[in-house]
Amino acid sequence: MSVTPRAIANPGSADGSRRDILVRIAHGALAGAAVTIGSDATAQPSPAPLPRVTKAVAPFRVVTSTAAISDARRRLQAARWPERQTADDWGQGVPLATIQALVAYWRTAYDWRRLERRLNAYPQFRTEIDGLGIHFLHVRSPHEQARPIILTHGWPGSVVEFLNVIGPLTDPTKHGGQPEDAFHVVIPSLPGFGFSDKPTESGWGLPRIARAWSELMRRLGYTDYLAQGGDWGAGVTTWMAKQHVEGLTAIHLNLPILFPPPVQGEPNQAEKATIAQLVAFNDKGSGYAKIQATRPQTIGYALADSPAGQAAWIYEKLGEWTDSNHEPEREISRDEMLDNISLYWLTNTAASSARLYFESFATDFSTQQLDLPVAVSIFPGEVFQPPRLWGERVYSRLFYWNEAAHGGHFAAFEQPAVFVEELRAAFRALPRSG
Amino acid sequence: MSAKLEGKIATPGAVPMRRTVLKAAASLGALGGLGAILTDPLEARAAPAGFILPPASEALTPFQASFPQDAPRDLKRRLSMTRWPERETVGDWSQGVPLEKAQALIAYWRDKYDLRRFEARINAFLQYRTRIDGLGIHFFHVRSPHPNALPIVLTHGWPGSFVEFMESMRPLSDPTRYGGRAEDAFHVVVPSLPGFAFSDKPTETGWDVDRIARAWATLMQRLGYDRWVAQGGDWGAGVTHALAQQRPQGLIAAHVNWQFVFPEKAPDNPTPAERRAMDGAARFANDQSGYFREQATRPQTIGYPLADSAAGQALWIYEKFQAWTDNHGNPEDALNVDAMLDNISLYWFTNSAASSARIYWENTRAGSASLSKGRLELPMAASVFPHEIFSPPRAWAEALWPNLFYWNELDKGGHFAAFEQPALFTEELRKAFRSRRA
Repeated sequence: MSVTPRAIANPGSADGSRRDILVRIAHGALAGAAVTIGSDATAQPSPAPLPRVTKAVAPFRVVTSTAAISDARRRLQAARWPERQTADDWGQGVPLATIQALVAYWRTAYDWRRLERRLNAYPQFRTEIDGLGIHFLHVRSPHEQARPIILTHGWPGSVVEFLNVIGPLTDPTKHGGQPEDAFHVVIPSLPGFGFSDKPTESGWGLPRIARAWSELMRRLGYTDYLAQGGDWGAGVTTWMAKQHVEGLTAIHLNLPILFPPPVQGEPNQAEKATIAQLVAFNDKGSGYAKIQATRPQTIGYALADSPAGQAAWIYEKLGEWTDSNHEPEREISRDEMLDNISLYWLTNTAASSARLYFESFATDFSTQQLDLPVAVSIFPGEVFQPPRLWGERVYSRLFYWNEAAHGGHFAAFEQPAVFVEELRAAFRALPRSG
Repeated sequence: MSAKLEGKIATPGAVPMRRTVLKAAASLGALGGLGAILTDPLEARAAPAGFILPPASEALTPFQASFPQDAPRDLKRRLSMTRWPERETVGDWSQGVPLEKAQALIAYWRDKYDLRRFEARINAFLQYRTRIDGLGIHFFHVRSPHPNALPIVLTHGWPGSFVEFMESMRPLSDPTRYGGRAEDAFHVVVPSLPGFAFSDKPTETGWDVDRIARAWATLMQRLGYDRWVAQGGDWGAGVTHALAQQRPQGLIAAHVNWQFVFPEKAPDNPTPAERRAMDGAARFANDQSGYFREQATRPQTIGYPLADSAAGQALWIYEKFQAWTDNHGNPEDALNVDAMLDNISLYWFTNSAASSARIYWENTRAGSASLSKGRLELPMAASVFPHEIFSPPRAWAEALWPNLFYWNELDKGGHFAAFEQPALFTEELRKAFRSRRA
């Protein structure tokens, strides 16, 4: 307990630490052929082996083992719960009755084959980049002139966030759009997430992931492409632009990384409101980020061992960050939320996904001056809603800035139609190169 | 034995953060008693029943800990089913407990640890529960054989419990058998914080350190003490500072092993001691405050995985034994593994993860309130252990405590002073309070 007063908390002065010893250890790779998630439920379920990868682009399909499903259900049934919260609503986190209802549904009514069915409906691949097997969906448009785009998810999201926008983006004429709105879509799983490999060494921060994505696009033969992202995906996308990776011509962000805020002089009212959002987030909403940034392994033990805990850890963010006033079911169906949660559970990626915060949170996930063309969509339920002024200060070629009508932090997941319309509108405003 | 138990105790950790440092913990634990049986969790039945504590009245009702008959088997089963994450990507503790250390601790807990030994260890002391301000409060009461003994209430923090004080209670109460003099004797009272161990878990908000301090004053009064002292570290220091500010009738002095004394503004030209304190606070804020911020803002959410995963609960605590004790890299350098697991088992079997975390929420909900109580007129004493998370220097204490009567800086020990160095801790209390005796 204890609290240190503002007076003495001096963020800049942390010295290394008494007894830090650093050593890096690498660790084992996963091998296998078919992707079976989970294993025998008897002993300790071991991580699912992922198929070995090479630099070739190898087709991939998800197969969920029956044993993994049984194991998860058994654990959910045996879940031990804490007492009820003492504050009303969501003031201490996800309310007990709410999470118990979700878990009961997950255990008894959710179709655990949904996830693999939905993923396997699209062409998926794995390929080795910079030593790691990277999983991605690659859906080509039937339209010859389609623009290639790489969409990057964040935490606690996954490729599942984008499943409902793939059709409209790749095949606009079937979804109320024009042939000129077509995209060839590439949706990778971040390192340590989903069916990408888990890094075994430190160093997989945003700049390295951004370079890996550029290699992925090169390997797919794309020499003139776009990139899009929110949350950590916005971080990766920002670093692709910052590094001027070859072939990238413009980006779109639904969470522009404008923190620390690029304030000049005395902030105006709009700027003050946004700064207040950042302060509130830091004071009241950043616990998960701080623990993941500093002790991803420790929080990983509890989440890896408890599907109910893993569900609550993710569902809290769906409740807080969707445009739903803590009723995320208004924005995203329970089944779809559980597809995303199941993906984390079945791939045992609590610690590995948390580690992205350890790698980049305090350093690279921050305001970067960009001179590539940048488009921004601000969703009304987003945690942080910067004024356009900030975008103009930081992005020298800001060509699109719009406030969308509906949706929150998980824009594509919550409001796929609005998200698609934003991408179409944004890139219509950008002349095609070449 | 066999009654029901529950308890709670929480300790805070200190967390300075960039802009604030906050902590709070909450807790409540519950335990069952006679007959409460944990069901077989991984058998497809329902979740295990929790412990049930006996109802408390304003009477001082004797209490003994009794873990359900099936508790060890249930624990073993859960631990055997632990699903592990991959190994950390660094070679040290910088991402948390290393996998190899984690697995070794859990294997020991599963295969070697003896819960009944712990139960007997607890029940070797007289304990009670009594209802104060609506909550059943569990406490140890170790009367000294010496009639002029000075009553003292010792308050633990998070992630500690009464276990921290078990090796000090007898030396404090019966000094002549432990190298001391009759004049050094204390009547020892060790309560479990609300939400911790065998105290009730609050079901409503409001149990911050001020309310806990008022409850402690009631407890001491109910025990018939009209001239007493208080002591604490971590959240126990928070409660003790609150007591010092409230100055309830009978409280004549207090001792802390974490002094919450901070200047209004950081000194422009800090002395080396001030610089060390500020650096320590910054280090805590930057690198060590994740658990604090999470528990202060979302105690319920972090409670779900910790209540459901015995391994997760164990490692959430074990990490702090490594970070905050005076060791050479491993917590076992400072604390014995059975003692650490006694403390961990107490959290696990009382299901106190969320209720103990809530003390952080309670004490920070008003914003960035500091635990410091500012100027304290009560006579204050402090022992500074070298591996404390950060140590405000004596000059800061002198500025806020006009009646500072004892200050000592030791050469070994850390945040869990009594737990790590019971003999030194005992000696500190004897020396500190020598001048306060009638």
